[in-house]
Amino acid sequence: MPDSGTISVLGLDPLRDRAALRERVGVQLQEGTLRPQLTVAETVSLFASFYPQPADTGELIDMLGLGPKRNGYYRRLSGGQKQRLSIALALVGNPQIAILDELTTGLDPQARRETWRLIETVRDRGITILLVTHFMDEAERLCNRVAVIDSGRVVALDTPAGLAERAGGGNHMRFRPSKPFDDRVLTGLAGVDRVEHEGPRVVASGTGELFNAVVHALNAVGVEALEVQLESATLEDAFLRLVQPSPDSSKEVTTP
Amino acid sequence: MSALAATLPRRPRRRALRELIITEAKCAWRAPVGLALGVLVPVVLLVILGSAGGLQKIIPGSNPPVTYMTTYVPVLIGLVLVMIALISLPIVLVNQREHAFLRRLSTTPVAPRWLLAAQVVVNLVLAVVAMIVIVAGATLFYHVAAPAQPGGFVLSALLATAALFAIGLFIAAVAANGVVAAVLGTLFLYPLIFFAGLWVPRQSMSPTMRHISDYTPLGAGVHAMLSSMQGSFPPVQPLLVMAAWAVVFGLAAVKLFHWE
Repeated sequence: MPDSGTISVLGLDPLRDRAALRERVGVQLQEGTLRPQLTVAETVSLFASFYPQPADTGELIDMLGLGPKRNGYYRRLSGGQKQRLSIALALVGNPQIAILDELTTGLDPQARRETWRLIETVRDRGITILLVTHFMDEAERLCNRVAVIDSGRVVALDTPAGLAERAGGGNHMRFRPSKPFDDRVLTGLAGVDRVEHEGPRVVASGTGELFNAVVHALNAVGVEALEVQLESATLEDAFLRLVQPSPDSSKEVTTP
Repeated sequence: MSALAATLPRRPRRRALRELIITEAKCAWRAPVGLALGVLVPVVLLVILGSAGGLQKIIPGSNPPVTYMTTYVPVLIGLVLVMIALISLPIVLVNQREHAFLRRLSTTPVAPRWLLAAQVVVNLVLAVVAMIVIVAGATLFYHVAAPAQPGGFVLSALLATAALFAIGLFIAAVAANGVVAAVLGTLFLYPLIFFAGLWVPRQSMSPTMRHISDYTPLGAGVHAMLSSMQGSFPPVQPLLVMAAWAVVFGLAAVKLFHWE
């Protein structure tokens, strides 16, 4: 029960319009098992019966790649198959919003990629997905908008690229100069924020067309950039900067 | 309700409940704990008792005269009820709460109490079938006269069922996990079935023991059912005792039940 404030989901009040909202929001829970004695098809049909306008269960089962396991019992499914069945149940009511919680935790890399493709398919059908994840690469690939939650508070909300830049990341260009040069050659450039030395190497950090700007400026003073490595700031960098270290820090991301 | 909600078609409540019951019945068939304990065990016991010599004799001094076998029929019905209501029902319910299936349901438009309803319905059907098999088997094969007062017999059996299911739901309400549910069910099971007369028939109990038995749900149930079998409508006291157990434990279960 909230002690103050209001929440509106799809224009509905989650407390007052509880039942109506549940018909429009599909939920996949991280924990919890289904009935081991039921088959995939029986489980999906059971959940379909709860909704006024359910999806075609056969089509849904095929879309999630569970067709060959249609008549297999829940207890015989692999981790990835259980996960996909769980996604099917979140979608069976033809929701406008689907909440998917830690979908790929515990999946092997191949099952993870398959789940990602599946989420992209669902997303492209116009369903808004609220994805909860601890994996930054997952958020970066799947999400249009990311909310970083630290100890229950939203500390940032932006596109993955926007977040990465806002957190002071930008791009990094690491190279070995063919001969020493004055740092001011680079620090004076518009796109360069910072120049650092790591032994024989130089790291220029900044935004925009960093590479071209640096190469041009160095050429002008007769210096060549050797062994160039380019790094873009990732969501992971952003996360580490945004979130205070704590044993249970968690983040959530959203995608429309 | 908002305008958006008002435009929705009526939710298919009836279809959801029907699907839940069918699903629970399938699960009860595929993992047949209730079937084995609640139907098979009492029926096997009926066959063993019926085939044993000596139980067809009239109990000396019984009035109206009654055979030992006849007195075992309500006891076996009590056995059906403890197995199904105290063991099968709470364990299934608590397991589903433990495995967060109830929580999974609560994210759908269907309230978890519908699952509870479906499970009670399936277990009730199982109990009624088992009771019919016991009475029919005893009548057809083991020379037990059909209940002379069928209305009173059915009423007594239904009240005993209500009392035992209320205790079973109470166990499901307070047990934190499946193991606790099994232990609690067993703790209730032995005294209840003892005072029903499984080991010492009520007729052979000492006056003190029989007095205690009168106030237990199955002691009262056996008393009421046996009266109906012998031709008189059951006395009010055992009926009230069973109703009291049903109401007290039913209300406690409703009050204490938690979904997660």
